[in-house]
Amino acid sequence: MTTATAPRTRPAPTPARPQRRSRAVPTPSAVARTAFLVVAAALTLGPVIWTVSTSLRSPAESFTLPPQLIPTDPDLTPYIQVFSQINMGLLTLNSALVTGLIAVGQMITAALAGYAFARLEFRGRSVWFSLVLATMMVPVQVTIVPVFMIIRGLGLSDTLLALILPAIPTAFGTFLMRQYFLGLPVELGEAASIDGAGPWRTFASIYAPLALPGLAIIGILAFNFHWNEFFRPLILTISEQNFTLPLGLVSLQGNMGTGSISVVLAGVVLSMIPALVVFLFGQRPLREGLTAGVSK
Amino acid sequence: MSAAALPTARAGVDRGAGPRTQGPPWRRRLVVLTFLAPTIIGIGIFTLGPIIASILLAFFRWDIITAPEFVGLSNFADIVTDPTVRVSFTNTLVFVVVAVTLQIAVSLALAVLIAQRMPTWARTFFRSVFFFPLILSAASVSIIMRYLFNEEFGVVNWLLSLVGIGGVPWLTSPTASAVVIVLVYVWQQFGFTFLLFVGGLASIPTEVYEASAIDGATGWRQLRSITLPLLSPTMLVACVMAVISALQIFDQPYVLTRGGPGDATRTAVMVIYESAFRQLEFGRASAIGVVLMLLIMGVTALQFRLSRRFVFYQ
Repeated sequence: MTTATAPRTRPAPTPARPQRRSRAVPTPSAVARTAFLVVAAALTLGPVIWTVSTSLRSPAESFTLPPQLIPTDPDLTPYIQVFSQINMGLLTLNSALVTGLIAVGQMITAALAGYAFARLEFRGRSVWFSLVLATMMVPVQVTIVPVFMIIRGLGLSDTLLALILPAIPTAFGTFLMRQYFLGLPVELGEAASIDGAGPWRTFASIYAPLALPGLAIIGILAFNFHWNEFFRPLILTISEQNFTLPLGLVSLQGNMGTGSISVVLAGVVLSMIPALVVFLFGQRPLREGLTAGVSK
Repeated sequence: MSAAALPTARAGVDRGAGPRTQGPPWRRRLVVLTFLAPTIIGIGIFTLGPIIASILLAFFRWDIITAPEFVGLSNFADIVTDPTVRVSFTNTLVFVVVAVTLQIAVSLALAVLIAQRMPTWARTFFRSVFFFPLILSAASVSIIMRYLFNEEFGVVNWLLSLVGIGGVPWLTSPTASAVVIVLVYVWQQFGFTFLLFVGGLASIPTEVYEASAIDGATGWRQLRSITLPLLSPTMLVACVMAVISALQIFDQPYVLTRGGPGDATRTAVMVIYESAFRQLEFGRASAIGVVLMLLIMGVTALQFRLSRRFVFYQ
């Protein structure tokens, strides 16, 4: 790579390879750099493509080598069998309920608290806010034992609520929404209060609608995190009827051994589809949200 | 709401804080309370309370069934004296160093490469591809990788056999399985630091490059003398976030190896899980959790200390 960057002027075109456009002649180093990117992309996509293609092979012949990246003669039996091997419908429903309710709950509570910290006046506001912020870095593994006890004490052991309730209060979401509300003009609220609107009215009709993009970030991040979550469901759910998708799929793999892997992979592919949809429509908010806590 | 339509004298002093809650004090307090209660009570019950409980529990021996017994620092001593706990901590620290180094190197290289001149569609394509693994569940990824790294039937060993390398026991040898955990983790996580670096690179003004080009700097020289110093704030944040996330590794070793062979891939969080929910050693699980939290706080504090000394801000 150093050879190409040595000449001080624009690198001379390599005569060996004729190009369509003379302006953008790739130097050997540019070729090497692009090759590196292509290899990295192939290593990233390879396992995903293999998964989709293997999930489309008949269970009996799913472990053949060399691997086939493009499924010739696709077979949908794995997708039928996965529903008979595990209760795929119930797992999906559980995951959807848990993820959906956490996302909605986080959006509502974070909007309310974020608004209070940004726009309402009360004694000890900064103290309360620091207290909330202080919990942002605490990993779930640290609190899981007492949370498990509290859930038991509330009589919620082995229910979906055990997964939902503790995940709703969100320090990160509150922080994000406070920043968002601070960025909206104060004058809107002042005008509303001169017109006689109370604090609830000002929040609900003026500020909350303007904060929807911020809420979307919280919702998408909550979806991405809790749809894929493994640690808490592993601990807080016991019976299979309360499993979420990641837990159900791992136990399916355990039950099948190295048997018909295409059935397991069919389940994996199905569980990816909602995440993929969110990825396609929410890539930008997701990207912004993931890096939001650190860039400002 | 019926009380004062106009701002009261007291509330009208400080402009910029936004609309005042109106009405008598009890009413204002009630409004604030309803806005804050769900979050404050929720965080109190499910985060702040549990942190305090964890810290207290760390000094007790408790199996839920019998009464807790005060044992002083013995749970913390386990981290040094108990072979399994000790090795899980060593494993975790080695994992953090190796995985974070690899993750930062790969994601930085790719972020620099994607910044070169290329069609917009190509840049969007690469960026989406590298981002993609982040949306998958670590459990699903580990399920897939367990097949790919299978010793007899796995694609990885098949590819290696093409270049003459014979069956590597990926998931049954202590060293190889640790390597697999690192690879699987980095495969899924590098997209995050990649995004941070792409953002950091975009914030470096092009004039700096133009000026240095006039002075004759090219390629490597620009990378070393301009890109990396100006990227140092992003680098610091990326390292800290990557370390915090790596310290919590659980899903991959749980699904791929269950901590084995032996204790070769057992991590600190795996021991939290096993202590509490397999051996009913809730005190020990809490102690390990508290140490993990202190490690994370330490890394975060170090970030601020270091940022004053090493990071170059424009």
